[in-house]
Amino acid sequence: MSAVATPQKPWAKKPADRIREISFLLGSLAFSYGFVAATEMKGKLAYGFVFFVAYAVLSSTYSFLTRGAPAAKDAFVKTLVALGAVLTIIPIGSILFTVLQKGLPGLHLGILSNDMSMATSTDPIPTGGVLHAITGTLTLVVLALIMSVPLGILTALYLTEIKGKFSGPIRFLVQAMSGVPSIVAGLFILSAVLYPITKGFSALMGALALTILMIPTIARTSEEVLLLIPNDLREAGTALGGTQWRTVAMIVLPAARSGLMTAVILGVARIAGETAPLLLVTGGGDKVNPNPFNGSVGSLPYYIWKAFNAGSPEAITRAWAGLLVLMILVLFLFTAARALTSRKVS
Amino acid sequence: MSQTVTIPSPRQLSTEPRRSDKVFRGVVTSGGLSSLVILGLIALFLFYRGYEVLREEGLSFITSADWSITLDESANVLESNFGLSAMLVGTILCALVAVVIAVPISVFSALFLNFYAPQWMKKILVAVIDMMAAFPSILFGIWGFLVLMPSVEYWGKLINKYLGWIPIFQVEPYFFTRSPFVAGVVLAIMIIPIITSVSREIFAQAPLDRIQAAFALGATRWTMIKAVVIPHGRSGVVGGAMLGLGRAMGETVAVYTVLNIVFQINWYVLLGAGGNVASLIILKFGEASEYEIKALMAAGLVLFFLTLSVNAIANVIVKRTGKSGR
Repeated sequence: MSAVATPQKPWAKKPADRIREISFLLGSLAFSYGFVAATEMKGKLAYGFVFFVAYAVLSSTYSFLTRGAPAAKDAFVKTLVALGAVLTIIPIGSILFTVLQKGLPGLHLGILSNDMSMATSTDPIPTGGVLHAITGTLTLVVLALIMSVPLGILTALYLTEIKGKFSGPIRFLVQAMSGVPSIVAGLFILSAVLYPITKGFSALMGALALTILMIPTIARTSEEVLLLIPNDLREAGTALGGTQWRTVAMIVLPAARSGLMTAVILGVARIAGETAPLLLVTGGGDKVNPNPFNGSVGSLPYYIWKAFNAGSPEAITRAWAGLLVLMILVLFLFTAARALTSRKVS
Repeated sequence: MSQTVTIPSPRQLSTEPRRSDKVFRGVVTSGGLSSLVILGLIALFLFYRGYEVLREEGLSFITSADWSITLDESANVLESNFGLSAMLVGTILCALVAVVIAVPISVFSALFLNFYAPQWMKKILVAVIDMMAAFPSILFGIWGFLVLMPSVEYWGKLINKYLGWIPIFQVEPYFFTRSPFVAGVVLAIMIIPIITSVSREIFAQAPLDRIQAAFALGATRWTMIKAVVIPHGRSGVVGGAMLGLGRAMGETVAVYTVLNIVFQINWYVLLGAGGNVASLIILKFGEASEYEIKALMAAGLVLFFLTLSVNAIANVIVKRTGKSGR
């Protein structure tokens, strides 16, 4: 018989530690409430500030008394660092909450089946809808996909498969391109295509501008995905007598399929809410425009922008509803991308 | 009996790629060069369209703060003054405010995610923060205008009340609405996720053996971070901050919705008068005459080179960190 030693975890938190932490939290909460009530400070900022200071002082004093000065400093930094995380999360929470709260009243049964061609900004909410905006955004995204996916993936293939002498500069340029302000992309299409050639707004112009913004996202994500494909696969392809073309087309790309999908989805998420270039080159019509190559076309961001600038209470509600639809779209794309990525890993 | 021995001639070995591979390589290479072509075309076309204005204005396009154009009835230009200095100062000011606010918060939250948060919390937070980086800028703009602005104005008044003796916090006349400070806070919220994820990745690369060595020597978590993580990640954080700066400089819609654009150089952060090159383009585009559009193209060119250089420097810094400190 040999006695199996139970593993000791001296670093694990004991119930006493948890109780102490919670009581510190409650204590500083109560203190902040009392302090703000007693002095002439007021508002959420005061509560938050006093609470933070009280908690930092309380926990570092305790650490100082039990374990000395370095532990006190550590406890203080821990509070500070947690504050950073809280400050990062608060805006996200506030945005999600506000969009839900203000966007829900703007939703109605016909929102997906009507456009704004017969509605003005002061009409009651149930008139009009976002049909033109959704179809417009879809048109823009599809056209942008047709152009940017081949270019983005070819760029990634050049960086990972060919590794030519321009790899360094191109990697650098793709990075630089991801920093091109969206408005500059719009101005470029305006100056290079719209004024000299087509002379009119159309979905194609918007899609061209969005393509410029989408290529770097797709190229960078695809490059990372392709780098993860083990070299054994490429060697196996070559050993079977495949040319590089067949190895890439039949082995590497299929192996990277879900990762490449992720890249495409992240690219779509990047451009779905892009506003500035669309303001310059799409015209933002209020009617469903079935022709992507001619005539002004609406889109979700443009719809939101128009409604927001119209300023009447109904219009503002419409803007929030549009934001809600746009946010659901982006969240959906983002979740899809994450789901695909995690499946690839497992 | 004679036997003719035919010696097979040796197969020609060649490293010459087959035709299909040549085509493949050609196609991929030309696709790979697309980014070069696009960037080149952007610079070329904006310069071509803006050339007339740039030649007319010369250096004062950068140095003067005037933006006015007078047309006669038949839309001929009578007089025009285009100067970007107020907008450039405003762009830099807003972006700096954003970076100053965002960098400490992002670095703290990156440290929290890497070294303090329990695993389950880290997973959720990373997903949420990455998601926030994908939020469209118009969402930040409208949320900032309708929800955040009243609070930020109040914070501005507090700062002015207690720190008003510092020159940049002076407000004269007493007008806080839609100041560069408000725009800077909105931009800060936009770039926090970017800087956080860059710093998080850099911090995660801190060598594990040194971290363990520090703990073995009895370091607390903070002393470990001070001794190992920060020296390793310092320049990476600087690079991440520059990436955020580039993003903040090029932001259009979010700034336009919250900023009061005034054609006058204003260094006072809290005063409700600012500028931004990208917002100027949206502001003036709707009613711009043909000649003014050329000026806007030139402004776009300036913005393009400004963000391009900031981004290039940022990328060089981030890349260098990846290699050093191992």
